[in-house]
Amino acid sequence: MATDVAVTDQGHGHELDPNLNYLQAGRGVLSWLVTLDHKRIGVMYLISVLTAFFMGGVFALLVRLELLFQGRTIMGPETYNRAFTLHGAIMVFLFIIPSVPAALGNFVLPMMLGAKDVAFPRLNLLSFYIYVVGAIFALYSIISGGVDTGWTFYTPYSTGTNGSVVSMTLGVFILGFSSILTGLNFLVTMHKLRAPGLHWRRMPLFLWGMYATSIMQVLATPVLAITLLLLAVERTFGLGIFDPALGGDPVLFQHFFWFYSHPAVYIMIVPGMAIVSELFATFTRRAIFGYFAVAMSSLGLALLGFIVWGHHMFTSGQSEFATMAFSALTMLVAIPSGVKVFNWTATLYKGSIWLTTPMLYALAFLVQFTIGGLTGLFCGTLSVDIHLHDTYFIVAHFHYVMMGGTVFGFLGGLLYWWPKITGKLYDERLAKVSWFFVFVGFNATFLVQFIMGSQGMPRRYFDYLPEFGRYHAFSTVGSWILGLGFLIMAWVLVKSLRSGPPSPPNPWGSAGYEWQSASPPIVLNFPEVPTITRGPYDYHLATEEELFDGFPEDRAKK
Amino acid sequence: MSAGHGAEAGHGHGEHPPYLAHHFDTPEQQFDTAKLGMWVFICTEILMFGGLFVAYGIFRSLEPDVFTMAHHHLDRIMGAVNTVVLLFSSLTAALAVREAQLGNQKKTSLYLVITIACAAIFLVVKYFEYTHKFHDGLLPGRCFGHPWFAGSPDGHGGFSGSSTPWYMHILQGDGCFDRTMARPLQVLDLPARGNMFFGLYFMMTGLHGVHVVVGMAILTWVLWRNQKGHFSPEYFTAVEIGALYWHLVDLVWIYLFPLLYLVG
Repeated sequence: MATDVAVTDQGHGHELDPNLNYLQAGRGVLSWLVTLDHKRIGVMYLISVLTAFFMGGVFALLVRLELLFQGRTIMGPETYNRAFTLHGAIMVFLFIIPSVPAALGNFVLPMMLGAKDVAFPRLNLLSFYIYVVGAIFALYSIISGGVDTGWTFYTPYSTGTNGSVVSMTLGVFILGFSSILTGLNFLVTMHKLRAPGLHWRRMPLFLWGMYATSIMQVLATPVLAITLLLLAVERTFGLGIFDPALGGDPVLFQHFFWFYSHPAVYIMIVPGMAIVSELFATFTRRAIFGYFAVAMSSLGLALLGFIVWGHHMFTSGQSEFATMAFSALTMLVAIPSGVKVFNWTATLYKGSIWLTTPMLYALAFLVQFTIGGLTGLFCGTLSVDIHLHDTYFIVAHFHYVMMGGTVFGFLGGLLYWWPKITGKLYDERLAKVSWFFVFVGFNATFLVQFIMGSQGMPRRYFDYLPEFGRYHAFSTVGSWILGLGFLIMAWVLVKSLRSGPPSPPNPWGSAGYEWQSASPPIVLNFPEVPTITRGPYDYHLATEEELFDGFPEDRAKK
Repeated sequence: MSAGHGAEAGHGHGEHPPYLAHHFDTPEQQFDTAKLGMWVFICTEILMFGGLFVAYGIFRSLEPDVFTMAHHHLDRIMGAVNTVVLLFSSLTAALAVREAQLGNQKKTSLYLVITIACAAIFLVVKYFEYTHKFHDGLLPGRCFGHPWFAGSPDGHGGFSGSSTPWYMHILQGDGCFDRTMARPLQVLDLPARGNMFFGLYFMMTGLHGVHVVVGMAILTWVLWRNQKGHFSPEYFTAVEIGALYWHLVDLVWIYLFPLLYLVG
């Protein structure tokens, strides 16, 4: 019956056969550029964020290479300042923040809801183009002199230094709106477009993570927007709001910045956690232990994210009372994080563990996030932080969370959903090799940074004392192993695209809703609106057919 | 279950009216979705203005006297007129929604036109206020209180500046960027730190002004669609959403007016 239904694709009005998969429906570059299909928009985001990841990665390798030897290795101090700023700004604003929600989330969120699309498909496309415009601003500032303020743009340095601070902050301002619109879209979609039977307690944990992330994107990002707007006006016209000489206050900038950027840290890590929850369920073939607690812990992180920003400013001259309050509140973050880690571990217990590459990334996430999270307690402890502030300990801490956590989760999710997105399988053996290099390279690069940080090596310095030489050399060699791992990973993906065998609808045998569709999915995701009768991890209720072949309609087509 | 039948959407099939997008099951779902989307966006907007309100609170608590002195340079009459104009426009926006619900196309258009006209009046009044502040030398920043500003004949006088308008100085790059040039406006009886008040004044009202312009654009689009006959008692989502946004613009001003014009 579904075969003779044609769909009017809203917005550009030509008829599409809904039984074609989304890659075949509509040909040519234009059909991609004006598409309203969340899956295609997700793929366009994916290409964009991977490009940004490559650029940010090149800057990271340059920074590490410069630190290989004492003194000048390949660049001078001013170029070095630009390199680490661009590494940070690109990775944060162009890669990590949109990586999971906008790229992977766009693709799988409506499918997990049994919906045909997100709530506002046009807004979704608009948000992609806003991202592109923001990225162009960021690229322009790289070409036109670069930025040397660090990704945090602290005043008064950022209002006085040379370079393209205004175009970079405007770029981040614009990227912020892309992030807000994605969050808004997801929030509304999850409220209004759930399939029949998909009540909140049946929502996949990935979506609970997206829900918490969206709340933070919608409520925190506008504060960054106004802050950067003030910074741009301050720098252009000398408004004075952050300038003591004109009655302003530079510390206010830090408050405003971290009021956004601490939630932003959770905007980055919660999606990683969200993916990992899916991976653990699929590859242990059982329900996540403490499903509801894990779901609520995402919301808990979103809430706590808004009340701990002052722990970035223990040495910035805020009041003693404020530092104590923020330090105490920061300890609370350990609770939802612990809920997640313990429940994931409990899920592994007596699970039927299948060590695929996505699962290896999830396991690495578990270990590395625990290290990153526990060292976060060191940094949140007031007296200890006075010693650790602005050292490599901080650098190692947040790389363990951002890279060891979010990026590992992203890569795990990318490989996990790759067969769904592209309809092709990848070379599992080669992928495991690349995982090995990424895992070893990452830990070699950053574990040693805890040591040199605790011994007093300050971050963002171009040069260092001789006693730090061996640590820096070790770390730099680690970054090469990491780079090699990513090269192999890139080859795995390219090879899969070129000659990967076609994927069955549900190659992992997952009970997740999104796998109950064809690979790649048809334009409307499902031949009929699915009625949900079980939870996403109810392996005991899922039929053999659901686990291995998708819905009967899909099989009938083959 | 209405599966995959956005299908009939384009063909005016009985069950699926043309305005129903393919990914919704019912018009009610589509309407609720749009409305929730606008409410979430309003939350974003409030947080964005929130940053400025926090800055206002901090600086006012630090220097209450300066704020009191500085606010005397704002024109309460003009501010009050604008408040009334915006409140009235919110009423007409709400009436436009009501008429759209009842299916009165002409009355809907009438109320939308009145709303847009009120927005225009607001901006005109704001233009005169801004011009006046510039002439008084109250443009915040490095040139705050610079004698250039008084060059125009209807300034409050006191500075025997040239007749070249202040913005020509800035365009010509005459450079008042030397901080020592910023001096107290003795004639206006205002300390140099009054800069902060006017910095906030221009940022807050400026950002609000941008929202007024955007609101006008949205309402004009709604008006255009109404003229085209897109709306009916069953489908008036855009009118509702546009009016909702306009109420936000109004609401922000309700806070800005007392905070800036009625300090002490």
